[in-house]
Amino acid sequence: MSTHGITRADMHAVNLPRRRALNRLMEVLAWLAAAVAIGFLVLIVWSVARKGASELNLALITKTPATGFFTSGSGGLANAFAGTLVIVGIATLMALPTGILVALYLTEFAPPSVRNIVSLSLDVLNGVPAIVIGIFVYGLFVLGHGQSGYAASFALACIMLPLVARSTIEVLLLVPRALREASLALGVARWRTTLSIVLPQTIGGIITGTVLAVARVAGETAPLLFTSSLVGTQVHWNPHHALQTVPVAIFELSESADPQDHARAWAAALVLLLFILLTSLTARWLATRNRSKLSASR
Amino acid sequence: MSITIQPAVRVETKRQPLPPRERLERIFNIDGVDALYGGKPAIKDVTMDVYKNLVTAIIGPSGCGKSTFIRCLNRMNDLIPGFTLTGTIRYHGQDITGNDVDPVAVRRHIGMVFQRPNPFPKSIYDNVAWGLKVLGMKDGLADRVERALTQAALWDEVKDRLKASALSLSGGQQQRLCIARAIAVEPDVVLMDEPASALDPIATAAIEQLMTDLKGEYTFVIVTHNMQQAARVADMTAFFSISRGDEGERYGELVEYDATQKMFTAPSDTRTEDYVTGRFG
Repeated sequence: MSTHGITRADMHAVNLPRRRALNRLMEVLAWLAAAVAIGFLVLIVWSVARKGASELNLALITKTPATGFFTSGSGGLANAFAGTLVIVGIATLMALPTGILVALYLTEFAPPSVRNIVSLSLDVLNGVPAIVIGIFVYGLFVLGHGQSGYAASFALACIMLPLVARSTIEVLLLVPRALREASLALGVARWRTTLSIVLPQTIGGIITGTVLAVARVAGETAPLLFTSSLVGTQVHWNPHHALQTVPVAIFELSESADPQDHARAWAAALVLLLFILLTSLTARWLATRNRSKLSASR
Repeated sequence: MSITIQPAVRVETKRQPLPPRERLERIFNIDGVDALYGGKPAIKDVTMDVYKNLVTAIIGPSGCGKSTFIRCLNRMNDLIPGFTLTGTIRYHGQDITGNDVDPVAVRRHIGMVFQRPNPFPKSIYDNVAWGLKVLGMKDGLADRVERALTQAALWDEVKDRLKASALSLSGGQQQRLCIARAIAVEPDVVLMDEPASALDPIATAAIEQLMTDLKGEYTFVIVTHNMQQAARVADMTAFFSISRGDEGERYGELVEYDATQKMFTAPSDTRTEDYVTGRFG
């Protein structure tokens, strides 16, 4: 039999002061943990900004690195920014459609058993260290063919795929079943319902997920070292060849003997950081907009 | 000893009597239907016929499988994992329960209106026009939209703002829009799963009126927990109730199916009598 009601002893517990103290302590601990997390972010941004500020100028993104002996230290990283743009762009073109199709299959068509397996695989793929993906793509494409922008894009797409698929699944699950039923009850085929009724509801969420994934892979270094790091100093746009990228450039500059190179590495890091911050903020803005749109359609 | 039944609801007696059943055209022959979710029966052994151009109401207490039953008629339960059905449902003589039957084709002829209004997040016009376009009924599109909205008694209220979002309409207007959307594609049967349960009495009356007006063109099957509604709109009424199996499991079954008039004044089963007189449910 279940007991019910609250006795007087419960209301005036003898250890009430202790409970209150414990409650207070946990609150303070949680607050401290949050402060530490934010503190580290502030520290990173601040130190990067302080050390890179001297080299942060327009030449950084418009000029190529100087190659002459006497001119060492001048010039910019235009080749790295161009390469990152190309490689991340192609990676997005690979990962976005695949990720959306995976998500559509899982939420709309897959039987529950398959859904669990594929869903677990996505989580595992998401957890694979970037360097392992780099080695994998190295063995797959680079050995015998040489480095290329495509190989780098493929490696980054492997990292993006689970991120895009996961975020798309989440917004697909938010689409009310009643909306799917409304279309199906008209005698409209399943694929048509999915494309014309379900998918348009999720555009905002898909963009958010993609932007976050782009921000994440734009800073990946390890896979690029294997796939696109043996490069010259000129600006190239052709992904058939290895292209310089911002993370790899930062890595190389940081190993230079010239202190001015270090400053440039910090400046490039600052630009990368600002880019990621900007894209994350855009993603958040899109997410809130999409959520309010979805709830209005309930 | 005879007891005079006092129904809990006033049943309109002026309604024209139905022609004899043999003279009515059968649209559904439902025979020995069991519907199961994950192997557990929701309804057992339902056998009944649905007649053309009549309004057939399904009444009964919560959990008696009314909704499950009506969703069997257009294969809507196919979407639910673990759902199985045994028995036969013949639509114009053709069994629609088999795996070789395309549920999309079934739904093309048997439309449905749901408990909660579920318009598409599109304009009022597009809500009706989208289905027509997708199903290739593009000739005279604007006329078809107008006719459907008129039939659903909504045209006068929305004709000046067809481009406005359907979500800006009131609940009752949204439900009538859903009815317009369903009848625009010219189905044979319109299934209604408690279409007025989320609506106020005025909107409810509008929907009941349009069923009465349109039953010459369509056949309606309506699930309702509201006995007054069944008494007002239905020609035939089926009463479902909850039974217990040998191991105490609960399932829904069809208790009695007859002309509405008879169901509310002289039912043959005491369970029906208890329900319509308000002693139960």
